[in-house]
Amino acid sequence: MHPVRKQRLVILLFIVAGVSVAVGLALVVLQENINLFYTPTEIANGDAPGNTLIRAGGMVVDGSVKRDSNSLKVEFQLTDYAKTITVQYEGILPDLFREGQGIVTQGKINREGSFQAIEVLAKHDENYMSPEVAEALEKSGADYPGKAIDNASKKMSY
Amino acid sequence: MWTWFYRLGSPKWFYDISGRWLPWIACVASILLLTGTVWGLAFAPQDYQQGNSFRIMYIHVPSAFLAQSCYFVMAICGGIGLVWKMKLSDIVAKSCAPIGASFTLLALVTGAIWGKPTWNTWWVWDARLTSMLVLLFLYLGVIALQSAIVDRNQAAKASAVLTLVGLVNIPIIKYSVEWWNTLHQPASFSLISRPAMPMEMWMPLLIMVIGFYCFFAAVLIMRTRVEILEREWRTDWVRSLVKNR
Repeated sequence: MHPVRKQRLVILLFIVAGVSVAVGLALVVLQENINLFYTPTEIANGDAPGNTLIRAGGMVVDGSVKRDSNSLKVEFQLTDYAKTITVQYEGILPDLFREGQGIVTQGKINREGSFQAIEVLAKHDENYMSPEVAEALEKSGADYPGKAIDNASKKMSY
Repeated sequence: MWTWFYRLGSPKWFYDISGRWLPWIACVASILLLTGTVWGLAFAPQDYQQGNSFRIMYIHVPSAFLAQSCYFVMAICGGIGLVWKMKLSDIVAKSCAPIGASFTLLALVTGAIWGKPTWNTWWVWDARLTSMLVLLFLYLGVIALQSAIVDRNQAAKASAVLTLVGLVNIPIIKYSVEWWNTLHQPASFSLISRPAMPMEMWMPLLIMVIGFYCFFAAVLIMRTRVEILEREWRTDWVRSLVKNR
C-alpha cells in the first residue's frame, strides 16, 4: 500500500477508535442516567430520589391488582423478584397491562414509601407466539419463553 | 487483488456491470417484499398478547435493520473515499444518505405507531429510541453537508468524517437494550440464535428482511448510476451513451 494512503488509513482508524473510547467513557459515567427506570429493589433501598418524578419498572405481582369499583383507581404490587413496592394509579391502563406483565410507570414515591403513578406503560418482551400455542403451554404448565418467571432470571429484561 | 479493487473504482465499469444486475435485483426485491407482506400481514398467526398489532413488526424490524446497515455501508465507502480518494465510493456514500434517512424515519414512525397500542405511548426517551433519533440526525447532517458544500471532493471529505465520527452510534443502538433498562424489548430476530417466535411468524420476517436488503441494493444502484451520469457527463462514454439512445 502507498505510504500516504497507509498514513491516511491510520489517521482514520485513530479517529474512529478515539471517538469510540471517548463516547464509551461518557456512557459508562452516565450509566445511571441513561436507564429508563428504577427497579423496585433500588426504590425499596432508597436509592431512588424521593419527591421528584421518576420511573419504576418491574413485573406486576400475580393476584395483587385491586381495582376501585367506583373510580379508575387501581393499586398493585410491582416486583423485580427481589423487592416489591406498592403502586397506586388513577387512570386508564394500557391493553397489555395484566398480572405477570412487565410495566414501566412514571410517578413519585410518597412518604409511606409507595409509588404514586401518573402514567403506566406496558412493556412487552421479545417473544412472540400464537394464542393457541400460549394456551397449550399454559395448560401443560411448561416453561415457555414468554413466561414471566423466565424474565426474572434475565437481569433487567422485564 | 488491487487491480480488481481499482477497477471497481471506475465509474464506467460500475455503470456497465450494475446495469446488468439491476433488473435482477429489483425483480428479486419485489417478489420477496410482496411474498413477505402478504404472508406476514394475512397468514402469519396472531400474537398471544398483542393480537394483530404485532404485524407492524414486518415493516418495523427490517427498516430498523436497514437504517443501520445503510449507515455501515456509508461509513465504509466514506472511509475508502478518504484513504484511496476513490470517486465511486464518494458517490456511493452520497447516495446512501437519503436512503438511510428514509429507512430510519420509517423505523421511527412505525415504532411510534406500534408503541401506542402496546406500550400506551408514542414516544419515550429510552436509550434505543433516542439513539435511533440520533441516527436520523446523523443522516440529515450528511445530507445537509453534501448539499451545502459545492465542491464535490470537499463535500465528500466532510461528510465522510461526520459519518465515521457517528459510526460509534451503531453499536450503541444495537446494544442499548442490553446495556441499559429500556422500554423497548431486546432483539427477537437474529440469524445466529434460535428465533424468539415460531417458524410461521419468523419466516415472513426473514423474507421481509432479505427483501428490504435487495430493495436497498436496487435503490442504491439506481441513485449511484444517476449520480455517475451527472458527474461524468463530459466524458466520452457518457456522451456516446446519450447519443445512442
